[in-house]
Amino acid sequence: LSKYYEHVEINKRRLLETEVIKSCLSRSNEQCSFIDYKDFKLIYQQYAAVFIVVGVNDTENEMAIYKFIHNFVEVLDDSFSRVSELDIMFNLDKVHIILDEMSLSGCIVETNWARILVPLQILDKILDS
Amino acid sequence: MVASSLKLQELIQEIREAKTQAQEREVIQKECAHIRASFRDGDPLHSHRQLAKLLYAHMLGYPAHFGQMECLKLIASPRFTDKRVGYLGAMLLLDERQDAHLLITNSIKNDLSQGIEAVQGLALCTLSAMGSAEMCRDLAPEVEKLLLQPSAYVRKKAVLTAVHMIRKVPELSDIFLPPCAQLLHERHHGVLLGTVTLITELCERSPAALKHFRKVVPQLVHTLRTLVVTGCSTEHSVSGVSDPFLQVQILRLLRILGRNHEESSETMNDLLAQVATNTDASRNAGSAVLFETVLTIMDIRSAAGLRVLAVNILGRFLLNSDRNIRYVALTSLLKLVQSDHSAVQRHRPTVVECLQEPDASLSRRALELSLALVNSSNVRTMTQELQGFLESCPPDLRADCASGILLAAERFAPTKRWHIDTILRVLTTAGTYVRDDAVANLIQLIGGAQELHAYSVRRLYSALAEDISQQPLVQVAAWCIGEYGDLLLEGTCEETEPLQVEEDMVLTLLERVLQSHMSLPATRGYALTALMKLSTRLHGDNNRICQVMSIYGSCQDVELQQRAVEYNALFRKYDHLRAAVLEKMPLVERGGPQVNEEAKESKEVAQLSEAAPVPTETQASKLLDLLDLLDGPSENAQHPPPLDPTPGDTLIHLLDLPCAPLPSAPIPNLKVYEREGLQLTLSFVRPPGTPTLLLITVTATNTSGGDVTHFICQVAVPKSFQLQLQAPSGDTVPAQGGLPMTQLLRILNPNKAPLRLKLRLTYDHFGQSVQEIFEVNNLPVETWQ
Repeated sequence: LSKYYEHVEINKRRLLETEVIKSCLSRSNEQCSFIDYKDFKLIYQQYAAVFIVVGVNDTENEMAIYKFIHNFVEVLDDSFSRVSELDIMFNLDKVHIILDEMSLSGCIVETNWARILVPLQILDKILDS
Repeated sequence: MVASSLKLQELIQEIREAKTQAQEREVIQKECAHIRASFRDGDPLHSHRQLAKLLYAHMLGYPAHFGQMECLKLIASPRFTDKRVGYLGAMLLLDERQDAHLLITNSIKNDLSQGIEAVQGLALCTLSAMGSAEMCRDLAPEVEKLLLQPSAYVRKKAVLTAVHMIRKVPELSDIFLPPCAQLLHERHHGVLLGTVTLITELCERSPAALKHFRKVVPQLVHTLRTLVVTGCSTEHSVSGVSDPFLQVQILRLLRILGRNHEESSETMNDLLAQVATNTDASRNAGSAVLFETVLTIMDIRSAAGLRVLAVNILGRFLLNSDRNIRYVALTSLLKLVQSDHSAVQRHRPTVVECLQEPDASLSRRALELSLALVNSSNVRTMTQELQGFLESCPPDLRADCASGILLAAERFAPTKRWHIDTILRVLTTAGTYVRDDAVANLIQLIGGAQELHAYSVRRLYSALAEDISQQPLVQVAAWCIGEYGDLLLEGTCEETEPLQVEEDMVLTLLERVLQSHMSLPATRGYALTALMKLSTRLHGDNNRICQVMSIYGSCQDVELQQRAVEYNALFRKYDHLRAAVLEKMPLVERGGPQVNEEAKESKEVAQLSEAAPVPTETQASKLLDLLDLLDGPSENAQHPPPLDPTPGDTLIHLLDLPCAPLPSAPIPNLKVYEREGLQLTLSFVRPPGTPTLLLITVTATNTSGGDVTHFICQVAVPKSFQLQLQAPSGDTVPAQGGLPMTQLLRILNPNKAPLRLKLRLTYDHFGQSVQEIFEVNNLPVETWQ
């Protein structure tokens, strides 16, 4: 599952993703969560079997992004009640919606859980009806 | 055929059950075929489901471009579920390169003006994710309207869409400028966050906007203060810190606004101090805010006390056990070290500790910071630490570390001896990673430190004796041993332990270097030359050295072979010149215009050993041109002429002090003999560099009707002179002013005695053999003075 806020050509995306994943997987537990990759910084977190990686440019505050990742996972937890990778796989579109609610065009929009989950609930209601 | 319409969940289930890659591909391909069919047939009820499946396949990496048109159709449909999937598909499948994306513009426009929040939200989201420049221009007015909508949900999205638009089309910033001021009064954090981001973006792009927004600094300060002090809304707090994201954004904006601007900076000072002291750093969120605060303090014109506070915060971060925080602290300290050097110095010990980190990114940052912190007072301890690090660090950092140490040593070396020691140590531990010019630098340094010659040569000898694999070390050591071999054998040197070195040992060592398969050709060159130099420095027998030279005379490597042959010739034919040629080198000048001249000279005198092991440094080529001209590489402007090589004898050119075919100082020619049309003329050249040398060219011209054949000219000089007669150009002087015959004489006149010549000619002319002996006494004064 990936989201691009800057234009990257579609065939390059796969390549980029594999490289990023490779560099994240090779890090051990003791190493810090920030990697330098080409001219970006990668900030990643591992939660059991799920890796969440955010690539930012130099001007971003790494710690803030780190918190953002954590926030995101908490929201996911809330909406799926103890999220696991299966949940993410089966509910791709919901995850996308959440992500869209939280960040837009590369910036953080909303970090309040209640407000993020409101549209989701609306969507669910519509689907049921 | 009715396409089976699986729900997305079922598809995912199927895919997960596939055991192999091939099976999975099969399932997906089958499904894609169904999807394509259903798109063609236009099944309105289930198309969103099909598209969802397609998007899943796309996520797994399978081609999904045929779904693009379907996205458009779905977006245009009135149902929300369709729209949702359609927009999602648009975001994932379409991008600026495809022409289809322009078709969405209309749909988005309709949706934006619809008035249903959720739909508007969707449209804005998609627009911000993949909106191209044209789309942005078209839709800008719509978005602007939405900025003032009553619904906060829409507003926050609209604001960020505006950010995206400005990024794509900077001219649109004018449209979005006015609403910003009003939006800042929001209470809704989401909108506030978005607005701050928008303002940040505007300010970054245009200095006019920057000035405009300086007015809002007080307001921002107020907002931030409320956040920090009162902890206003619990719904936004993350682990005890109230809305850290908003705080961070505001701080960043303040940073941009306060940069280089006294007034705004002043208003911010108190606030920043407050934030810094109040925020709890024990949780990550607090650290994030503090970090941003520190960056802001550094960037604006803040009070000195504030800066010290910032550096202290960073110092505290460094001591934190969480690696992430340490990383962040190291990075910012690196940025600060230029401006607040003394403040950062206080944390030097902690930084040095970080060098030991197993984590590569951390140790790299720590290394850079440590190198930046070296100054004249702490250079000794720091180099100690850095050298310790060099021994244990991973290979990719070694090159940086080594060059960093060398640079620091160069800038801050307290004594020459310490400097040499340091370089030596670096070469022994990490020789292969050192930059190319380190060898040349070290040689130059040693050459300049006269009192340390004995010391250096001993250290180098012991280092070399231990290990001959590190090439730069071997090169320097070979050069030193060659130059200062006599000092090595002297036996006493007060600065190192007494080292008993025999001549044999030295020769053996150099031979080992020559034979080792680890030595580069350049290193071998150095060793050969060193051996040669030792032949004059050492008092023992030179047989061994001669032997080595003869062996290498047939070496495969052209460079080595050439050198060996030349040195060999030096032993045999020109032994009397050997001592002079192999004298100690004068101090080489570093850089400067002379270097180019020398380089030109070296190139022209083709046979002289040229290929420097340090290819970029012509200085090193000077070092290697040991046999280069008795005068060495200093100031004279010798211009070696194009020599015509006498076949087979390369050595002539080695010792061939430049002889210009034309006289450089005009000494008049002298006609010494004339008989029946045969004339003999002497022309003189005194090369300016060698006062004792005189070059005479004997020219025989024949204006008579008959050829002169078997012409032999012999010359004798008084005892104090040395004469060298070169082969004549021929022994026939053709008739009727044909090609004159020339012969070159070299006369060395060390005592500057008056020159006299006795010539003896034998030739056949007009069928008769003629023999003539005569003296030439009236040579011009300039020839021998």
